[in-house]
Amino acid sequence: MKGRKLLLDKIGISGIETFEIYKKNGGYRSVEKALKSMSPEDVVEEVKKSGLRGRGGAGFPTGMKWSFLAKPEGVPRYLVCNADESEPGTFKDRYLMEHIPHLLIEGMITSSYALGSNLSFIYIRGEFMWILHILEKAIAEAYNNGYLGKNILGSGYDLDLRVMPGGGAYICGEETALLESLEGKRGNPRMKPPFPAVKGLWGCPTVVNNVESIAAVVPIVNDGGDAYAQIGIGKSTGTKLISACGNLARPGVYEIELGLSVEEFIYGDDWCRGIANGKKIKACVPGGSSVPILPHYLITKTASGENRLMSYESLADGGFLSGSMLGSGGFIAFDEDQCIVRNTWNFARFYSHESCGQCSPCREGTGWMEKVLNRLEHGEGNLRDIELLEEINKKIEGNTICPLGDAAAWPVAAAIRHFRDEFEWHVTNREESQTRNYGLCKEPVTA
Amino acid sequence: MKAHIDWSLRHSEKKELSRASLAKIDELITQVPEGKHKTVLMSALHLAQIEFGWISIETMDYIAGLLKIQPIEVYEFATFYTMFHLDPVGKYVFEVCRTGPCMLVGSDDIISYIEEKLNIKVGETTQDGMFTLKTAECLGACGYGPMLQCRHKNHEFLTKQKVDELIEAYRSSKVE
Ligand SMILES: Cc1cc2nc3c(=O)[nH]c(=O)nc-3n(C[C@H](O)[C@H](O)[C@H](O)COP(=O)(O)O)c2cc1C
Ligand code: SF4
Ligand code: FES
Repeated sequence: MKGRKLLLDKIGISGIETFEIYKKNGGYRSVEKALKSMSPEDVVEEVKKSGLRGRGGAGFPTGMKWSFLAKPEGVPRYLVCNADESEPGTFKDRYLMEHIPHLLIEGMITSSYALGSNLSFIYIRGEFMWILHILEKAIAEAYNNGYLGKNILGSGYDLDLRVMPGGGAYICGEETALLESLEGKRGNPRMKPPFPAVKGLWGCPTVVNNVESIAAVVPIVNDGGDAYAQIGIGKSTGTKLISACGNLARPGVYEIELGLSVEEFIYGDDWCRGIANGKKIKACVPGGSSVPILPHYLITKTASGENRLMSYESLADGGFLSGSMLGSGGFIAFDEDQCIVRNTWNFARFYSHESCGQCSPCREGTGWMEKVLNRLEHGEGNLRDIELLEEINKKIEGNTICPLGDAAAWPVAAAIRHFRDEFEWHVTNREESQTRNYGLCKEPVTA
Repeated sequence: MKAHIDWSLRHSEKKELSRASLAKIDELITQVPEGKHKTVLMSALHLAQIEFGWISIETMDYIAGLLKIQPIEVYEFATFYTMFHLDPVGKYVFEVCRTGPCMLVGSDDIISYIEEKLNIKVGETTQDGMFTLKTAECLGACGYGPMLQCRHKNHEFLTKQKVDELIEAYRSSKVE
């Protein structure tokens, strides 16, 4: 059943953003079930069984992450929800929080109970200030109805929940930078280990999870981990929110069952309805700006000719040579008139702007990539620049404190790998490249 | 942060936060573990920017005093986060997203159009002090671009006509 929804099923019900209507429509059942009939360990067990993988980008199994949480005697533990959502192409958490805020609050209560947190936080990017107010309102309602505060539902469990704003910094989506920021400091990522599960917020054991991961805990506890694991395909269980943008006929946020074919997602009537203005697709970045770009001939089919599916495994099929990643679910489509050099430069500028500056390979490397791509894009580059980009890439990769360095390097490497002709054309046809775009790339001839 | 931001509180000559904002900061401090009040710095700066328009060194010193932390802790913090304006800005600050997905749907044209219309370049303020134009990186509205944010409000699916209407609405104080 392709259209099954677990998170967005209630959207459209008038007043669903209020506690009353949300509760009337089956809301807060997971809190009641967990607090009244399950131990915290039982909840963790269901999440493990569900196979849920972190929806923030890395896809790390949530249940496993939870079981790593250290539990030293007498030390508080914290759950922090990552609502920093700043990966270009990604706007799904925003949609969820704006339209059905109580789903996140409910997930936070059930998850906090499972982890033994008595004070939990939602860190939301500062540019979502109006959503912070929506969440504050929902939290106040939950307090008034006895779902937050002391002795929730008479269970003896206490929980306080706070929302804190960010201040405009992509790097604060990285979990340790987020914790630094939450402590009132610059968002410089920490060296790991120790991981947050051991030393997180204020040095205490902490779990950081994405908004969508926390929300998914609600259907998992309601219907059981096994039922959740039945949905999806293979190790990609459950549903995923995809934020679709770029040159699509119908951009927006969609909840898909993992395993839907990419072809159907792009062209299907229920989904994006093809490329805008009847144009052809040139390329696609399926999981947010940090994942490798795919040329038109590798989007709906893998290199081995199989149908490409919206799942962690299928999108990554072919590795970095011919695959990409599901990432955060930020699905960006490019039509035939887009310039890959220009877009690669634009993303490089983004990473250069957002590097926290702590490690030199990332600080200097992202700056250099931006400069070199800028001159290629503006018809002032030479062929040596393309190799230079590859060299800078290798110097960044694996040599930085946090993955932002890699996230900046990989998309450039992938763009050159698949669109080298277009990069070269920008050098060999400098003037022409300033007046028209290259068009679709040719499919490589394989034996 | 208050449930409804009262932009009329805003006054650039003011040196101290309103009572409402001070009360909010006190409340926020009671909500975090004892001794961890530095956590409130972000919210305090946002409140200060809403009231003062921008964050001056005097404001940073003042906030440091309020939270009983060193001024340098506020300086290094405020300079890290792009939402804080460290120089005076116009009454309305347009932050237009320039990142990939918005570029694919025409943000470059919208930025040039606003430059032309207001007769300023990115980073500048109009002579009457009404508008400042800035660019921003992805604001989480990629499917609804081109877009800009002004006073914590998004204006999405921008066209030239919408930009005209928006500027007119701000000029005639039809919107906050
Ligand atoms: C540079 C960078 C930016 C990130 N931005 C986000 C973000 O905006 N939202 C998010 O949930 N995770 C983001 N992540 C991933 C987080 O570090 C972390 O893995 C995630 O919040 C864990 O939650 P999950 O396991 O539920 O996905 C980012 C990571 C990096 C390296
Ligand atoms: S990789 Fe970049 S963003 Fe990450 S810590 Fe180093 S300098 Fe900062
Ligand atoms: S790219 Fe403009 S809002 Fe994301």
